[in-house]
Amino acid sequence: MWNILRTRLLQGQRTTAFPASAPELPPRFRGRLALDPSLCDEGCCGCVDVCPTNAIAKKNGLALDLGRCLFCSECVDRCPTDALTSTPDYRLATTSREALTLSGEPLELAQSLSADIAKRFGRSLGIRVVSAGGCAGCEAEVNALSNIVFDISRFGVHVVASPRHADALIVTGPVSQHMLGALEATYRAIPAPKFVIAVGACAISGGPYAESPQVEAGAASTLPIDLFIPGCPPHPYTMIDGILRALGRPVP
Amino acid sequence: MKHTPTGLHPLSLGGSVPLASLEPVAFSQFSSTLEDMVEAGGRLLSLFARPGADSENLLYALLARRTGTDTEASDHSRTTLNGGEHAFALGILCTQVTDGYPALTPALPAAHLFERDIFERHGITPEGHPWLRPVRQWAEQEVPWPMHALEGDEVHEVRVGPVHAGVIEPGHFRFQCHGERVFRLEIALGYQHRGLLADMVGAPHKRTIHRMETVAGDTCVGHSWAYAQTIEALSDVTPSPRAEAIRACGLELERLANHIGDLGAMAGDVGFLPTASYCGGLRGDVLNLSAAICGSRLGHGVIRVGGVGFDIEDELASTMREKLAAIRTAAARANTLLWASPSAMGRFEGTGTVPTDVARTFGLVGMAGRASGVDVDARRDFPTAAYRMHPVRPWLKQHGDVYARGRMRWREIEASFDFLEQVLERLPEGELRIAEAEVAADSLAVGIVEGWRGEVVHLAVTDAHGQLASYEIVDPSFHNWIGMEMALRGMEISDFPLCNKSFNLSYAGHDL
Repeated sequence: MWNILRTRLLQGQRTTAFPASAPELPPRFRGRLALDPSLCDEGCCGCVDVCPTNAIAKKNGLALDLGRCLFCSECVDRCPTDALTSTPDYRLATTSREALTLSGEPLELAQSLSADIAKRFGRSLGIRVVSAGGCAGCEAEVNALSNIVFDISRFGVHVVASPRHADALIVTGPVSQHMLGALEATYRAIPAPKFVIAVGACAISGGPYAESPQVEAGAASTLPIDLFIPGCPPHPYTMIDGILRALGRPVP
Repeated sequence: MKHTPTGLHPLSLGGSVPLASLEPVAFSQFSSTLEDMVEAGGRLLSLFARPGADSENLLYALLARRTGTDTEASDHSRTTLNGGEHAFALGILCTQVTDGYPALTPALPAAHLFERDIFERHGITPEGHPWLRPVRQWAEQEVPWPMHALEGDEVHEVRVGPVHAGVIEPGHFRFQCHGERVFRLEIALGYQHRGLLADMVGAPHKRTIHRMETVAGDTCVGHSWAYAQTIEALSDVTPSPRAEAIRACGLELERLANHIGDLGAMAGDVGFLPTASYCGGLRGDVLNLSAAICGSRLGHGVIRVGGVGFDIEDELASTMREKLAAIRTAAARANTLLWASPSAMGRFEGTGTVPTDVARTFGLVGMAGRASGVDVDARRDFPTAAYRMHPVRPWLKQHGDVYARGRMRWREIEASFDFLEQVLERLPEGELRIAEAEVAADSLAVGIVEGWRGEVVHLAVTDAHGQLASYEIVDPSFHNWIGMEMALRGMEISDFPLCNKSFNLSYAGHDL
């Protein structure tokens, strides 16, 4: 008993100050990519060639789809000019699929989903998580949201064990053929109003598995997606930022 | 030089074998050599088929053969030393079969899932296999396939999954019970199947390394390293000692993060919250050290074919050592509470026992195998550069219960801290990444890495153009899921979450 209390005291305060202040991220963290098409060399397609998920297109100018991006930065390493650069910006979530395509303009970050959602769920949101054909990397980072450091229960957000208790559904993975039915059944079992969050490159676009016949190209192929959180996997801060934005709550 | 059994072709990590030199032996010799070698303390690492024209199919077995004579001593010793009596040699054995062959499983149960896999992927029937059921590629109409069932007035069945209560991967579990008591658990997997192996034909593609990093999200370094080893062996590339040391740091951080996280989760499953919450934070501290190296908490980008994607400069190494020391102190504090709690230990001890003979019979590997007295650790048996410089001594427990797996994890946490302290004190010199070279045509090579769950085996066969013709991935979970089923026998259903967490097997790594 005394040892437990002593250990608790020694442990100190572990919960992050985010969102009251910006998070601390390691110097090598690879966040949002930045595009400057004006610097792009006309004849060069290096980034298009190296991108493992064909996230970069160069037709009418340079365009990068953050929904496919694995944030591996191979394009940045290949780019001979500074048309493509990596930034430490962890804020990546959007409320539309189209907004994830960058072509030089700033990324249009997620907005409050609706006044109704903000009012109903702004201070209490139950999330059901379905892993559908992924590697369990995103699942690990979703789990981290509930640990003492990120502690999403601070915002009234909690992961629930039944779709009947849920207000929102997080989908991870490209949606394997074998999980399609179970995913749809889970969605149907969540009472309305509800919304769906696609977490990670796989759930948004199929990620590195987009070409596999054994998977759908992401959750949008079967469910209406309301919030897109890119990454491979997204950093827990990226997820908290996205969820709070969708609920219309203040974030840095 | 020890005598090599007839037909067994020696193979080394980092080396490739021309396919032409793998002369098929008669099936009777194939099966008897396998049985003899497993009897003598050897292990079956992989069994796979390559279909040929006119039903001329080739079966290959990858074996770890004990080259020492002392097979019994390890049963009683708690720590074992590098090399010496515990030296293993890799060998590959090949035979030709038609569309069917007498199943190896009845005499060699460790082959059970490999033979199901061969049947499922290639339609080659292991005749007389006791439980020829799908592995991962089943069609929707096959579900539910006939599973074990009990009949009687007072028995009942509990079905769980594929979607589970927590944030975990999908799988279908069936418990045959009498009241709370579980007679038998059967696990059906394949829900995470995403076509990994099929995509490897014609590889390497530009997406291949990223798929290898996501074979199992929590074993990113383990799988991508085994893949890199395989390709490097085929192209005769040897990464520098520095690259090998950085790889090993990535692997040990992965082990630390998962073991610390799982000990916390095990504490949580028995309702002992101080350790659960403490470890949740500490796991993140370790992941942040991975991110300090490569920017990714899960280690994406550490391993690249030919070396590593990132350096650990002197300054970073010294920061990491300081942070590791602090994490070590805090982890020790959190776990001391757990081991000192009689109520938590009461739930750990005697729960989910896998006896040594069962573990050996089914070929359990890694941490779960060692907790059941199976003396196996690729870091000692097939060491790469960093592990030759800084040997890791595997630790053995005999009881094979949740307590043994928990203690095993704690000892491995301590060993990983020791290893990282030593390696980060002075990283060897060398190039970070050596340019990729031409891949040998018509050859076979393997990669073996002791991931945090256990032995990760990758095996590649190339075609006449030096492209991959077939690829095999054996995640430790492939060997160990049956251990989980055996652990539940005679337990109560309420013991399941705790047993499950003590193994924490990968669905993605199994389902591919």
